[in-house]
Formats: sequence, C-alpha cells, structure tokens
Amino acid sequence: MAAASQSANLAGSADAALIATLIQLADDHLILGHRVSEWCGHAPMLEEDLSLPNMALDLIGQARHLYAYAAEKEGSGRTEDDLAYLRPDRQYRNCLLVERPNTDFAHTMLRQLYFAAFMHPFWREAVNSTDDTLAAIAGKAIKEISYHIRHAGEWVVRLGDGTAESAARMQAAVESLHCYTDELFSCDDNRRACVQAGVVADGEALRADWDETINAVFAKANIVLPEVPFHQYGGRQGQHTEDFGFLLAELQYMQRAYPGAAW
Amino acid sequence: MYSQGLIGANTQAEETQEFLDAFQARIDAEEKIEPNDPMPEAYRRTLVRMISQHAHSEIVGMLPEGNWITRAPSLRRKVALLAKVQDEGGHGLYLYSAAETLGVSREQLTEDLLSGKAKYSSIFNYPTPTWADIGAIGWLVDGAAIMNQVPLCRCSYGPYARAMVRVCKEESFHQRQGYELMKSLTEGTPEQKDLAQDALNRWWWPSIMMFGPSDTDSLHSDQSMAWKIKRFSNDELRQSFIDATVPQAELIGLTLPDPDLKWNPDKNKGKGGYDFGPIDWDEFWRVVKGHGMMNKDRLAARKKAWDDGAWVREAAVAHAKKHANEAAEAA
Repeated sequence: MAAASQSANLAGSADAALIATLIQLADDHLILGHRVSEWCGHAPMLEEDLSLPNMALDLIGQARHLYAYAAEKEGSGRTEDDLAYLRPDRQYRNCLLVERPNTDFAHTMLRQLYFAAFMHPFWREAVNSTDDTLAAIAGKAIKEISYHIRHAGEWVVRLGDGTAESAARMQAAVESLHCYTDELFSCDDNRRACVQAGVVADGEALRADWDETINAVFAKANIVLPEVPFHQYGGRQGQHTEDFGFLLAELQYMQRAYPGAAW
Repeated sequence: MYSQGLIGANTQAEETQEFLDAFQARIDAEEKIEPNDPMPEAYRRTLVRMISQHAHSEIVGMLPEGNWITRAPSLRRKVALLAKVQDEGGHGLYLYSAAETLGVSREQLTEDLLSGKAKYSSIFNYPTPTWADIGAIGWLVDGAAIMNQVPLCRCSYGPYARAMVRVCKEESFHQRQGYELMKSLTEGTPEQKDLAQDALNRWWWPSIMMFGPSDTDSLHSDQSMAWKIKRFSNDELRQSFIDATVPQAELIGLTLPDPDLKWNPDKNKGKGGYDFGPIDWDEFWRVVKGHGMMNKDRLAARKKAWDDGAWVREAAVAHAKKHANEAAEAA
C-alpha cells in the first residue's frame, strides 16, 4: 500500500513537472505570437502583412497544442483558454525575450530569429521525446520553425547589409535584445525532471546549434556581437518587464470583462 | 510579380467604330479579354478603377478587424481572425497583380490610396468598438461583398475574373464564420446577445449601402454592364442581399433595424422579396467624401505603415542591388 502511494506520488510529480514545462513552452509561443500579431495590417510591405500573421498563426497554434495537452494532463477541467487567459502576470513563465515590444521591423525580425534558432534544435530533439504527444507536436512545429529561421534570418541579413540606416537599426536591435537571449537556455527543477525523463532536451545542449545559426546570419549581416555585461532573466520565475502588464491587459480583456462567458 | 512586364505595355488601339464594334462582339460572345489584347482606353480605365478600389478595400479592411486580433476572447477565435485578416491581405495582393496586368504599378496605386485620390469601400470607415463587430463584419460585410463578387467571376476581363474565383471561396468561408460568431453570441449571456444586436444595428445600413448608389444615380453602371464587367445592377444586388439576410437574422433571433422591412410577394417578378425603408444617402455620400468616423484614422494608419516601412523597403532594394552586382562581377 505504502509502495503504491509512493509510486502514485512520483507519477504525480512527474506529471507536475511535465505540466509546468508545457505551460512554460506554451507561454513563450503565445506571447511571441501576440507580439508578432500586432503587426497585422501595419507591416512595411504587403508581403510582410501576410507573412507576419502567418508566423503568429504558427506560434499561437503551437501554444494551443501545448496548453491543451497541459490542461488534459492536469485533469482538473481547466481548458487551453483558462491557461492562456486567466492567470495573473506572475504565473506566466515565458522568457523575457518574447515579451519585448516590437519597436521596429529590425527588432521584430531579430527577436524572431533568436527564438526560432533556439526552438529549431529544441523541436528536432523533441521529435524523439519519450512523450508521444509532445513528439507529435514537435513533428508539426519543426517544419514551421524552420521557415521562421529562414524568413527572419534573411531579413536580418538584408537589413544588416542594406542601407546605412537599416544597418544602424539592426545593430541597435542586437544591442537591445542580446541580453535577453541567455534565458532561452535556462533550466528549472521541472525542466530538469523532464530532461531526465527524456521528454525534452537540456537547453545547454542546444547552445552550440543556436550559436551556429546566429553566427552564420550575423556574419552575412555584418553584425558585431555586443559585449553583454549582464544578461537579463526573470520571466521563467514569473518576473516580467513593465510592458508585459499591458500585453496581458489586452490579451485578457474580454475574458476579464465578461467572466464565464463562452465565445 | 508575373504581371510587372506588362506595366506600360501598349494595349491601346485606334478606337475606330470598327474596332469598338469588334471589341463589343468579343464581349457579346463571352470571350475573355486578356492583358495584351487591344481594348478601349475607357474599358482599361474602368477596370483599373474597379480592381484597384477592390484591392484598396481589402487592405484598408484589414484595419477594423485587425483591431481585435490581440483582444480576441478565445484562442480559437484569435487564430480564425488572424487567418481571416491574412486572407484579406492576400486578396489585396492578387488584385494589385490583376491591376498590374492593365499597366499600372502597385506603387502607383498605393500612392493614389495614400494621397486620397483613390477610393476604397466606405464600409471600412465605420469603427469596430466591440468584439461583436467582428461577427457583424464577417456576416454582413463579407456577405454583401460575395453578392457583388460572385458575378465578377464571370467578368469579361480574364485576370480579374480568375482572381475572383479564389477570393469568393475565401469570402464565403468568412461569411459563414462571421455568422457562426454572431450565432454563438445570441446563444450566450444576455450581455452577449446585446453585443450582437448592437453590432447588427450599427452595421445593417452601412452594409446595404455597400452596393452603391441606386441605379438611377449610379455613374458607371450602363457601360460596365454592356462590357460585362458588371452583370447585375446595384439595386438588384442589394435586393438579393436583403432577401438572403433577413431569414438569417430571424434564425438567430436578431432584429434588423428597419421598421419598414416587410415581405412583398409581388417583388422580384412575382418570386417575392422584402420591401425596405429609405436609405440615408446623405450619410453614404458623407462617408464616401471622407467624413466618416474613421476615414482619417484609416488613411493615417496606412500612411504610417508605409512611411515607417520605407527604410525596410529601401534596405531590401539596396541589399538585392549589392548582391546582383557581385553576381554580375563574378560572372
């Protein structure tokens, strides 16, 4: 009896670690998708008015799969929307990078490249996850994220190696965003438990891939990697920048204004 | 862009009576007119005006709906709305390409939009203050657009007709999506039902104005009908839209804001149709002339996107040029 309850607890904590990891991943995708979707109708050219919503759709679609799976694992009746819309800011675990404002097209494309360069090897490993559902999500996501690397990477090159103004803006984007990239690789106890169970890869193990992608793009874009005296962290612990509250106010508006209504 | 080689192409011919008759004979035989075919200058001009207005409407139309993407109330609704607004942008892209086959560039058309010279559908100068407006636009505005656009699939100008086939398929999906959204509101809380009714009250009259002035006042109708650019008159299309929409409103328990709306069995040559109240054409012309609530904001938003994006477009051109030179030097 004691042994059975012990193993139920272990399974429970493995589930808790998985759920926390799924929600953290989903938050990254939802919040970045939200930021990218802000461009819809306001892009520098019509082609980008099509491709930015496309990337937002990919990201929010991936968030939905992850939230839905987390909700299923929880088994407490919460839905993907409860998870996406009805938590206070301290419970969102997205990294700070994805919540940074769009600022301009250079910042937006660089942020996309930084994130996609991490998620590409992440999903590549997750295709072989011991968790079948996550492996299936990875199978779809890896195709989408490959396109994001290509699209954002090509823009970073065009802007870095375009006009004097675009090069200055691209370099400014790097100076302002590079300090948020290290948090992509962070690993908490829940993530560590999932790594040990073969569910997801260790972030540190993906760093060489990330460096390779970024260095290759930056070399073509004539970008100089800045010295980063201090990296910024906090999102993974639910400590967000000030902009994030306004993002949530918009995202959650309807759910908060009409509690309990179905849409 | 497949059509760019046609910009500035000479499809003009000397417009003798013989030429005009031969052109009309092709139209009457339901032949499609293609980009390099000789065509009367007025035919070309009419099509450039119609296609570019249509393209601009798609692009400006992204704004009122895009207004709700970040606030959509569920993830399912959010992705549906994003996909829909993206579709509208895609329609803009095909249509600019179709216009380019007539010898005008997208840049020129964009400048005409931003300078206020070119028009777009006035419906997009109304605001979207509530989520229910997203349902009302899908149901009514896209519904009215379909009424207008399905006959354009048979338009005498080939590139426009073919572009319309895909556009109509997507618009039809949007219309059903919008209606489903409105239906879900009417099945919700009393507050949600109020949102739906309020949106319908605000969008009904502007939607039926979308068909343009009454046939007696329409400037361009007769020649466009003879050239089979248009197949039905503004009033015929308006009547079809009203007849199709009244039962849809009844089915979901919403009331159309027109006390004069009444079934008339003698209408439509005895098939029956709805009589409706007088349209406020003063409002229509006021908004067309730039005095709707959102006219200034819409153009300002498009202009801001264009101006803020200039350095991006310049960089893309500069980058392509540098590397074209390198490729040429290497060769």
